Parts: sequence; C-alpha cells; structure tokens
Amino acid sequence: MPDQLLFAMEVTLNGLMAGVLYALVALGFVLIFKASGIFNYAQGVMALFAAATLVGIMDGQVPFSHLINAIFGTDLHHFGWHVPALLAILLTVVVMIVLAWLVQRLVMRHLVNQEPIILFMATIGLAYFLEGLSDLMWGSEIKTLDVGLPQGINETIDQITFDAFGYGFFIDNLDIVATIIAGVLVIALMAFNQYTREGRALRAVADDHQAALSVGISLNFVWVLVWSLAGFVALVAGVMWGAKSGVQFSLSLIALKALPVLMLGGFTSIPGAIVGGLIIGVGEKLFEFLLGPALGGATENWFAYVLALVFLVFRPQGLFGEKIIERV
Amino acid sequence: MSHCVVGGGASGGRIWNEKKGRARVKDTADSYVTADGRTIGGVVMEMKNITLRFGGVVAIQDISFDIREGEIRAIIGPNGAGKSSMLNVISGFYTPSEGEVWYKGTRRPQMKPYEVARQGIARTFQNIALFEGMSVLDNVMCGRLTHMKPSILSQMLWKGKAEHEEVANREMAERVIDFLEIQHIRKTPVARLPYGLKKRVELARALAAEPTILLLDEPMAGMNVEEKEDMSRFILDVNDEFGTTIALIEHDMGVVMDLSDRVVVMDYGKKIGDGPPDEVRNNQDVIDAYLGVAHD
Ligand SMILES: Nc1ncnc2c1ncn2[C@@H]1O[C@H](COP(=O)(O)OP(=O)(O)OP(=O)(O)O)[C@@H](O)[C@H]1O
Ligand SMILES: [Mg+2]
Repeated sequence: MPDQLLFAMEVTLNGLMAGVLYALVALGFVLIFKASGIFNYAQGVMALFAAATLVGIMDGQVPFSHLINAIFGTDLHHFGWHVPALLAILLTVVVMIVLAWLVQRLVMRHLVNQEPIILFMATIGLAYFLEGLSDLMWGSEIKTLDVGLPQGINETIDQITFDAFGYGFFIDNLDIVATIIAGVLVIALMAFNQYTREGRALRAVADDHQAALSVGISLNFVWVLVWSLAGFVALVAGVMWGAKSGVQFSLSLIALKALPVLMLGGFTSIPGAIVGGLIIGVGEKLFEFLLGPALGGATENWFAYVLALVFLVFRPQGLFGEKIIERV
Repeated sequence: MSHCVVGGGASGGRIWNEKKGRARVKDTADSYVTADGRTIGGVVMEMKNITLRFGGVVAIQDISFDIREGEIRAIIGPNGAGKSSMLNVISGFYTPSEGEVWYKGTRRPQMKPYEVARQGIARTFQNIALFEGMSVLDNVMCGRLTHMKPSILSQMLWKGKAEHEEVANREMAERVIDFLEIQHIRKTPVARLPYGLKKRVELARALAAEPTILLLDEPMAGMNVEEKEDMSRFILDVNDEFGTTIALIEHDMGVVMDLSDRVVVMDYGKKIGDGPPDEVRNNQDVIDAYLGVAHD
C-alpha cells in the first residue's frame, strides 16, 4: 500500500476519535437547547468546573481554602486524604446535579418565557460566575488530572499495523479509551432519550411545553434533568481533555470546538451532533494533513468553522433538521 | 363572530331525537340512572364561587357549578364568555383569583397543571397542543406518562419488569388508537395530519391517560359535518364504555343538545343558566345572550 494512503488512514482514525469527543461536547449543548431553547454558553466552563472539582476532591483539597484563610487567618489547604478516582467521580456527579438544580432554581426558573437572547445572556453570566467559582473553590493554578487512564502510544496497534502494512499506526491509548467512553455515553444517552420514561418526558418538553404539562410532566424537573445530563457530559469531556492537557482555563474552550459541530448537525438533533462531530474531526485532521503544509499549517484552528459556514449556506437547518419553510 | 345556533342544527336534531333516552328515569340522592342505562354518580368536582381576573378583565365572575361522576357536562356561551378560562382553572393552567375547587370531596390546594394531570384530569386544547415532531403512537404513549413509574434505574437494570410495564402501556395506547379508529396513521408524524385528525389524536392522547375527568375544549371546532358526527359518536362511546366523566365546551348547540346530560351557560364571565339541555334551551336569558340582546 502506498505510504500516503496509510498516513491518510492513520489521520482519519485519529480524526474519528477526536470527532467522538466533539460530538460529546456538542451533545451537552443539544440536550439543553432541545428541552428549553437555551443556548448554554457556559457548557465549556461547566467542563472546566467539573474537571477542577474532580481534581480537588481526589486530592482532598479544602474547597474555598483561600477565602477561608483570608477571613479567619487560618492556613488550610488539604484535608490530608486522597479519594479514589471512582468515588471522586461519583461525588463530582453529585456536585454537578446540585449545580444543575441551583441553576434552575436560582436563575432559569425566573426567566421562563423570556426571549432566547435573554436566556443566552443569562448563560454568559453563568459562565463567568462558574469560572470565578471554580477558581475560588479550587484555585486557579494548572492541575494535573490522573484518574488512571492509560497514557502513551498503543503498542499493539503499532505492532499489528506494522506487520500488516509495514507501517505502524501511532494511536494514543488515551484517545482510544476516550473514544470508547464517549461512544458508550452517546449510545446510552440516545437509549435513555428513546426508551425511558424520563427520556420520553424530555422529548415531550422539547416539542411542546403546554402539551407536556397536560400529560403530567413537570417542566422544572425536566430542566433540572437536562442541566444535570449536560453537567455529566461536561464532566466526561473535562476528564478526557484534562487528562490530556491538564485542567486549566483553556479547557473551557473545548466549547468552541462544539460550535461548528452544532452548525453542521443542527442545534436540536442528537444524531446530527454525532455525525457532525465525526465529520469535523475527520475533516480537520485530513485537511491539515493534505493542505496544511501548503497553507502554512495550523489549519485546525479555523477549518471547522469554514466547513460549517460553507455548509450553512447550503443547508441552514443542519444535517438532520427539518427543511425550514418560511410561511408567508 | 358567533357560530352558535340555538335549538340545534340540521345534524343535531336527528341524533337528539334518538337520544331522548338521556333523560333521568330514576333519581336517588347520590346517583341516578338515565333512560339509556348509564349511571350518573355523585359530585366528583365542584367549583365554588370562582372568580378569575386578568388585570382589569374579569374573565370569570363568581361562578359555581358541579360535575357528577359519569356525566357529560357541557359549558356553552358566546365568544369570550370565559369558557376556556373555566377549563383552564379546572386543569390548573389558570389559578383562580377567588373561589375554591373541590375534587373528590376535598378542597384542592393551588396546583400546577402537571399535578392536576397526575390526579387524573386529562384535557385537550382549543388550539390543539400535540407533539408535532412525534408519531401518532408516540403522542398517545405520552398520554400514558402518568402511568409509567419513574424508573431510570429499573428500566436500565431490571429490563424484564420494565419491558412488562412498557408492554402494558403500549397495549393501552393501541386500544385507544383502535377505539378512535386511527390505526392507519399510527406511525405518521402528527405534523403531517389534517386538522380533523389532529383533533382526534389529541383526544386519543388524553384518553390514554385513563382519566377520571376528561376536559375537551371545542373538540369539534373547525370540522365538517361528517367529522363532527364521528367525534360526537366517539365522545358518547368513551362515556358509555369507559364511564369517563366528560366536561366539554362546544359552540354547535345541536351537538351540545345531543351529547350532554347537563349544561352550564356562560356569558360575559357570568353563569346565566345551568341544567339539562332542553331546560337550558328554553331559558330566556340564554336565548337573549345568543341573540345578542343588549345587556343592562
Ligand atoms: N391569558 C389571558 N390573559 C389575558 N386575558 C385573557 C387570558 N385568557 C383569557 N383572557 C380573557 O378572558 C376572557 C374570556 O376568554 P376565554 O378564552 O375564556 O373565552 P371563551 O369563552 O373560551 O371564548 P371562545 O369561544 O372565543 O373560545 C376574554 O376577554 C379573554 O380576552
Ligand atoms: Mg375558548
């Protein structure tokens, strides 16, 4: 097999794996947007907050220690214990659910029936608040996250491909695990949405609030549920990204990766988010591989947006959206 | 615009004559039997001195009436009389400014619409509120939500039991679909259906909840004569076969006369009549309201 083709295959594989993660982040947006029409600007910061909370809990950090020390003149920083990764993840899930409940209770509940732009502004406020809260609770320094995910290049794949093609594929172990987890989560979310009572309620609320009320669905419950799910998705994305490049502010920028995915897949379609994520993941890696050198590199920074824009011109409703027909 | 006709339209009179049987034949304190063999029980819902204001507008003014178990209770009146508002008060979509709602013998505290639905009160809307993006079957299944247990975990872990429950709910939904003769469109997305069928799907969804009381806001509005006859038959059948208590709003007086056991008449937010159809039909206030006689 020619070398170029093998390179391209390796790049495509890497692209697919990145794509699954993009899809996961995009799903966080879709869940909330479908059920409440809110574009949650804070989705990326939620990932940062979740990852920081996870690190803090695992390391036995005292939350708000700077604040406490400043007020009481104490010198607290750690409880002196370490929490096992699995337990810490469970505790972080609880924190994200409490956060979801608080967001609904203190903010969104009071903004029901407001214009979408107002709801959007509220989530911008929420993003800055969460960012500050994260710093205040756990400190703003860069943290390393180690939940025991495997690191390094997968040697088996390297070996097998080398034996088969005379060229070993370099695939990160972490990427493989991330892909599997993200894939399982995406499938679980779809199954939840399609087959459980709560999933049905979620779809009902996404479709028509009045009708949903009339069949006995509590809108508040569904909204807390979608914020919790989005928080959970943010946690998973935060763990994957954090394990790769540390828990720091730039983590919240993964949300920017989800935007083109949403433009491609549509804001309300779960399959759209998945397929959109894969297209963008593969597209940007292949594009960089094929044309990156000619264009001076770093095309991954903008390629996704250009692709999404081109797409938007031809299919404004997204991949799976219903055709938008203006009624006059 | 008022499209009401006092004394029954062409379609109405015919069925009405067959249905003379809906008069009482045996009356006791707590229940009576109609000539067509249905038993009307005691009071299941009672509205006591309900007043509803929107800013300066008084949509409902000090109205009291009751609904008895197993009966078909109609609410009629000219446009803007406050009929939908009354239905919205019963279903919890509006909170009355004054007055009390009594349900099954106890006073109902202020409730959200979803809580009312969970108490066994299902409804349809004047302007159809369906899940447009779902199929007919999915819409009807949503009507079963109050019968599904909150079971994220059980549905994921104990698949067997959850499947059993799912099957039972599915069976009920299919029964309702058969009953209302919409099998041929079970898989069709609701958005593609014509208006008349949408109204029927909405009824199916409400019925799937196996409600104690079924509230119908103008179930026949915008339908042609044939569709109206179908819908009338369905409403009578639901009442007969499931014994469901029904409160409905309807403009077509002929239909009202055919269907209902008792009628509340509203005008400008006030109650101007209450009783069996033939009695109400001869009530001078009611005739005046419908003929647009000036109010003093
Ligand atoms: N949500 C609301 N806000 C303000 N005013 C309202 C609201 N709902 C109803 N009204 C007013 O209350 C009055 C009664 O309206 P309602 O819809 O109950 O009448 P209706 O008898 O159902 O009329 P129709 O036969 O046209 O359906 C009207 O004056 C209406 O404008
Ligand atoms: Mg009305």
